[in-house]
Amino acid sequence: MSLPAGIVDFAEALRVEGLAVGTSELLDAFAALDEVPWSDRGPFREALAATLAKSPDDRRVFDLVFERFFFRAAEEQAVARGVRERGEQDGRQIDLDHLREQAIEAIRAGDESAMRDLARLAIAAFGRRGEGSGVLGVDVQRIRRALELRTDGRPREDGSEPLTRDQIRRFERQLRRELERAQIARTGALPPARSLNELDRALPSGPLQDLAAVHRVVTQLKRRLATHGHESRGRRSHAHVDVRRTMRASLQTGGVPVVLKHRPQRPRRPELYVLCDVSTSVTSASVFFLSVLHALHDSFRRMRSFVFVERISEVTELFARERSFKAVSEAIGRDAGVADVSGYTDYGRVWHEFLALVEDDLHPRATVIVLGDARTNGRDPRADVFARVAERAGRTFWLNPEPRLYWNYGDSVVRAYAPFCELHECWTTRQLEDFVKALTRPQNA
Amino acid sequence: MADAPINVEAVDAGLRSVGYLPGESTALVAFLAVRLGKPVLVEGPAGVGKTELAKALASYLGRMLIRLQCYEGLDEAKALYEWNYRKQLLRIQAEAAGTGWDAVQDDIFGEEFLLARPLMSAIASEEPVVLLIDEIDKTDQEFEAMLLELLSDFQISIPELGRIEARTHPVVVLTSNNSRELTEALKRRCLYLWLDYPCAEHELAIVRLHAPELPEAVAAKLVEVIARVRELDLKKPPSIAESIDWARALLLLGADEITEDVFRQTMSIIIKHRTDLDVVADRVGVRLGLASGPA
Repeated sequence: MSLPAGIVDFAEALRVEGLAVGTSELLDAFAALDEVPWSDRGPFREALAATLAKSPDDRRVFDLVFERFFFRAAEEQAVARGVRERGEQDGRQIDLDHLREQAIEAIRAGDESAMRDLARLAIAAFGRRGEGSGVLGVDVQRIRRALELRTDGRPREDGSEPLTRDQIRRFERQLRRELERAQIARTGALPPARSLNELDRALPSGPLQDLAAVHRVVTQLKRRLATHGHESRGRRSHAHVDVRRTMRASLQTGGVPVVLKHRPQRPRRPELYVLCDVSTSVTSASVFFLSVLHALHDSFRRMRSFVFVERISEVTELFARERSFKAVSEAIGRDAGVADVSGYTDYGRVWHEFLALVEDDLHPRATVIVLGDARTNGRDPRADVFARVAERAGRTFWLNPEPRLYWNYGDSVVRAYAPFCELHECWTTRQLEDFVKALTRPQNA
Repeated sequence: MADAPINVEAVDAGLRSVGYLPGESTALVAFLAVRLGKPVLVEGPAGVGKTELAKALASYLGRMLIRLQCYEGLDEAKALYEWNYRKQLLRIQAEAAGTGWDAVQDDIFGEEFLLARPLMSAIASEEPVVLLIDEIDKTDQEFEAMLLELLSDFQISIPELGRIEARTHPVVVLTSNNSRELTEALKRRCLYLWLDYPCAEHELAIVRLHAPELPEAVAAKLVEVIARVRELDLKKPPSIAESIDWARALLLLGADEITEDVFRQTMSIIIKHRTDLDVVADRVGVRLGLASGPA
């Protein structure tokens, strides 16, 4: 395989993973490769990354694909040409204590090539070739334990500093690669190419550990909304003449107002009623969702939030007061009065109570958003009451944190509510963003 | 003026010589930018040295730095060029009566009446320059679209004058805080560089470079504490610039150890939000106290 063909194949592999690699990017990549030495992996990789991967997300995907692609390419050649490694170590001759010491040394120093050598030795010593469990992940963990590499961060017996989780993870990666290499050498065939795990890009589901990620998403979203408004409003002028700007512009023409300046159109700022299911099946999604909406508070004129499980209760105040997720979710669990959070969702009752609470406030400019999986646990969905809510409000959205595939299976009754609202699937940040865009689209646009 | 660099190592050494410690990919992308004449889009959190990179590149290459700071509502008149209206008016008035309209028109739409703004001066300069377009994500998409002609062909079209082509090719650095997605069209024309918070060793080297008198042990501790603070969920995590500020402050105070007290007193240098202060005092300050307590 010649290099240009190889790079084109690589670009194809990136496209499969969803990167927009155009011809111009490819040409840039070739131009960049002309300028750097290829003998070293680092510059080669960075030159490709600088020209092909153009966002942090892309870069993450790029790294994964790069790793897999060139590993596979090299192995493929090795299999095709029948290259085998000679002088394989015999496991019985290795001094285990010495190996452990060396491994810890290398991991601490972060020396990649030493780690690779030691990973091979470790596999030879503990791997029991040919009768490994066959699952790479299991073998990796078994070898790690055999080497007494602990991830709990306790000091080691000899009193030296414990290895950090990160350092150990790097060693595990080497182990995994070497195991895979050994497997390929044994079977003489490559395992089928797999695409990257889709979950890799899904919505952060464990809200507490992914807080920072969530906040980043929110700031981006805010910013995007601000500029998005501009774009969709376009340059259409409004009925109102902006006197100040017109006068200012007239200075250029000697005080004669030749060009009229108009006030820009205001973006739509809907009044929001948000209802969130917080029963255990959807908690992480709903708490995340509520905090996103509250972070975007200034995009909306007025916003009231409710949470429900068996009953409904208003939490607008709570969100205005508390900033951290943890406090909010604890407070909801403790005193939101939604009965037992681990209880069963009763949609029928919730609609009734919601209508009683806000019936007089709902009007055609109001927007109602429901976030829930529409799993009624076998109770009556009472779609008729929901229809009355939808009728009084201007627009009604339903966000379902379940993938579309699962809708209407089991006790999910999405179908019953579908005629009265706009249904959105919402389990990745992109889907959420699309929804927020739909929500803030200017009126009559 | 330094010649165009011949390899990555030269760029790396050059940037170091002007007080900027580049990471591996930073030097490489800078090198490619100079060699290929392509703009570089640098993204990353605030305060990791995106703007500094452009400055360092300019002083290493011995070129002038022209900076365009972007903000919402920035338009062509402030970024590209503007007609010097007053001068045109004076010209018309000074013209003796009887000159034909055509003559005057030819006259007043000449380069003489053009006010060059940053982008225009960058390409019209006799000497090659480094053009820094800072915080491109603050502008709106229309402005991005306007940049495309400049970035890919290094030329500007002025309706009254025609096309102005670059006399020299500037090295263009665009920075973005990634607060919104830039358009594909813009990204396609650029090399991409993602700058993140550096690893501990790298940051230590940076702090040592900017505050050389600070004892090594304190600097190492400082970097460790900063790394711990960044792991928390904060509104504004401390950047490299703040590490340096903190190092200088510790130097001024003559601190030879970072204890809980010192940390609490100087915390406000690295943390800029009230809510963040509480979190950090809770999580990091207390741990510092525990660590130094029994000793």
